[in-house]
Amino acid sequence: MSVVDVLVVGAGPAGLAAGIEVAKRGGRVCVVDRNLEPGGQLVKQIHKFFGSREHHAGVRGVDIAAQLLEEARALGVTLRLGWEVFAIRPGHAVDIVQAVADDATGSAGDAPTERFDARSVVLAAGAEENALQFEGWTLAGVMGAGAAQTLINVWRVRPGKRVLMVGAGNVGLIVTYQLLQAGVTVAAIIEAAPRIGGYGVHAAKIRRAGVPILTSHTILRAEGVECVEGAVVAQVDGTWCPIEGTERRFDVDVICVAVGLHPNTRLASLAGCRLVFSPALGGWVPLHNAFLETTVPGIYVAGDAAGIEEASTALEEGRLAGIAAYERLRDVDAEGHAEIAAIQRRLDDLRGGPFCGGIRAAKSALQTTGETPCPAT
Amino acid sequence: MPGNLSQDGYLSLDELRSAPGVPSHDRMRRGPVAVIECVQEIPCNPCEAACPHHAIRVGTPITNCPVLDPEKCTGCGLCVTQCPGLAIFVVDLSRSGETAAVTLPYEYLPLPEAGELVDVVDRSGEVVGRGRVLRAATTRATDRTAAVTVEVAREHGMNVRGIRREEVDGNGHDR
Amino acid sequence: MRIERHPILGQLAEAREITLRVDGRVVKAREGEPIAAALAAAGIRVHRYTAKRSEARGILCAIGQCTDCAMIVNGMANVRTCITPVADGMVVETQRGVGRRSEM
Repeated sequence: MSVVDVLVVGAGPAGLAAGIEVAKRGGRVCVVDRNLEPGGQLVKQIHKFFGSREHHAGVRGVDIAAQLLEEARALGVTLRLGWEVFAIRPGHAVDIVQAVADDATGSAGDAPTERFDARSVVLAAGAEENALQFEGWTLAGVMGAGAAQTLINVWRVRPGKRVLMVGAGNVGLIVTYQLLQAGVTVAAIIEAAPRIGGYGVHAAKIRRAGVPILTSHTILRAEGVECVEGAVVAQVDGTWCPIEGTERRFDVDVICVAVGLHPNTRLASLAGCRLVFSPALGGWVPLHNAFLETTVPGIYVAGDAAGIEEASTALEEGRLAGIAAYERLRDVDAEGHAEIAAIQRRLDDLRGGPFCGGIRAAKSALQTTGETPCPAT
Repeated sequence: MPGNLSQDGYLSLDELRSAPGVPSHDRMRRGPVAVIECVQEIPCNPCEAACPHHAIRVGTPITNCPVLDPEKCTGCGLCVTQCPGLAIFVVDLSRSGETAAVTLPYEYLPLPEAGELVDVVDRSGEVVGRGRVLRAATTRATDRTAAVTVEVAREHGMNVRGIRREEVDGNGHDR
Repeated sequence: MRIERHPILGQLAEAREITLRVDGRVVKAREGEPIAAALAAAGIRVHRYTAKRSEARGILCAIGQCTDCAMIVNGMANVRTCITPVADGMVVETQRGVGRRSEM
C-alpha cells in the first residue's frame, strides 16, 4: 500500500492542475487515469482558447496539455496511467485496478490492483456525453461529437465521409469546424431549439465554410442495416413535435450527437458524497462548497465533474481543489488564502457575460444554500 | 442576404453596422483597416494585446466587445491571426480599379497560393464571385492560422469573408 | 481514412507498423494507437453484437466509458478497444454477447 497526501482521479486539466499545486507545496500526490495518454479532453482541443492571457487565451488546448504535463512531471507528480479507481473507502483508502495492462490487453478477473492511503481525494474524472435516443441510434456510425473529436485529433482517423451533426452548442459547432479541418464533409448541423446555443463566432466560421445550420429541427431516425447510411430530420413546432411533411433525408455515414455533457458522479456516489440535480451544471453533481469540498470531508471535486463548464474553469478549479485538498491538513496560511482568492477572481472573470448566467447562479447556490435554483421554465 | 446571428449563425449588415469594432465606409476608403465582427459578450481579449498601435480596446470586464479606434488602426492585420474566434478581417477599399482587398484568417489545407483564382464567399457561405489571392502566409507568430488576402470586386469588400473550399481530403488531394 | 496532413496537427509522424489479425484478416496498425483506431482506419465499424438481439455496435464514446467498442482480444472478452493499444500479433475478434466464461 502506498501513502499519499492527495490522490487525484483523472489526468485532465483539473486533475493535472490539482497535482501540480500539491507537488509545489511539497506534498506527495498521485494522479490516476484510465488512459495511457494523459491530458483528458485538452489533447483534442486544437483550436485557440478564449479568455485572457492568464487563462492561456490564444493558445491551443493541445499545447496547454503539453505544458501541464511537463510541469507535473518536473515537479515529481506520480502518474498512474492505464489504471482505474474502483473504490474509495472512509479514511480514505483508494483502490485502483489496471485497466490497460503492459502486455496491451484489457483488464481481466486477475488484473493487478493497488491500494493507496490518501488523506485527501480530488475527483476530477470529467464528464460523459449525453446520449440521444432516436430510431436507429445504436447503428455503428452514431457517436458522440467528442468521440469524433478523439478520432480525428488524437487517432488521426476520419470517422467517415459525411457527417450530420446534431446540436448547435459550442461542442457541435467546434467539432464541425474540426471535422472540416480533417477533410470530412459536414452535411448540416441540426438544432432542436429555435436558436443556436453556441458562440456566434463559432457558428460564423462554419457558416462561411458552407455548412447549413437548421434550427428547430430534430432527427427522426438513422437509416442503415448495421451502419449509418442516412439520416432523416424534420422541423419541430413550438412544442418540440415534428411537423408532418417537413421530413428531409441526408446522405451521411456518420451522425455526431452533441446534446450536452453530464458530470461523472460514480465515484462521488460510491464514496457517499451527496449529489444534487442541477440542470445548469449538466445534471447530477456532487454538492460542494467554495473550496470544492464535497459533503464527505477530505473529498474534493473539480472540473467538469463539478459541473459542465470549460477547460479554463477546469484548470482553475483544479488548482483550487489541489490547494484546498493539501492545506486542509494544516491551517491555510495568508499566502494560501491569497492564492485561493486570486483563483476565485479568475473563475468569476471566466464566468462573466450572458452565456454563463445559469452557471454562475447554480455554482453560487450550491456553495451558499446547498440547494439548486429552480429552472425558470 | 440578411442574417440573424442566433438563427442563421452569421451577422447581418445591420447587426454589423452597430458593432463597435466595425469602422465606417469612409475609413475603409482611406486605406486598409481592421473589421472586428465580434458582437457577443464573451470573456476574451487577445485582440487588445495583439495590436501594436493600441487601436483595439476591450478593458474590463473582459466580456466587453472590442472597440476599434479607426484612426490608430493601420490595417497591419496582426489581429487577424490572433483572434481565437477568427472574427477579425482587414478591408481595404482604397485600391484603384474598382477592387477591394480582404484579409481573412484561414486554417485549412491546402493553403492557397499567391496569384491563384478562387471562388469567394459571403458570411452565409454562398459564392458571390471570383477573387485573386494576393498573399497567403503563416508565420511562427501566427501559430498555424494563416492570413489570406484576396482581391475582390469593390462592392464585395464588406461581404466576402471566406474563400470556397474545394472538396479536398486530408492529404490535400482533390476528391 | 488516415489523416496524413492536417492544418494544425501537421504531418502524421512515422510509426512502427504493427500487424493485427481481426477475425482472421490482417489489419495494419500504427504502434501506440488504440485497437479501435486501427479498425476505424481499415473501415471496420462493427465491433460486437448484443447478447439479446444480436444488434451491431460500434464506437460511441471513444474514451473507455461506454463499452460499445468491446471485443475479444487475445482470447479475453470485454476489452475496450478504444483505450487498449495495439501489439504485434494481437488477435482481435468480433464479440457476440457478453463473452464466454472461458474468455474472462
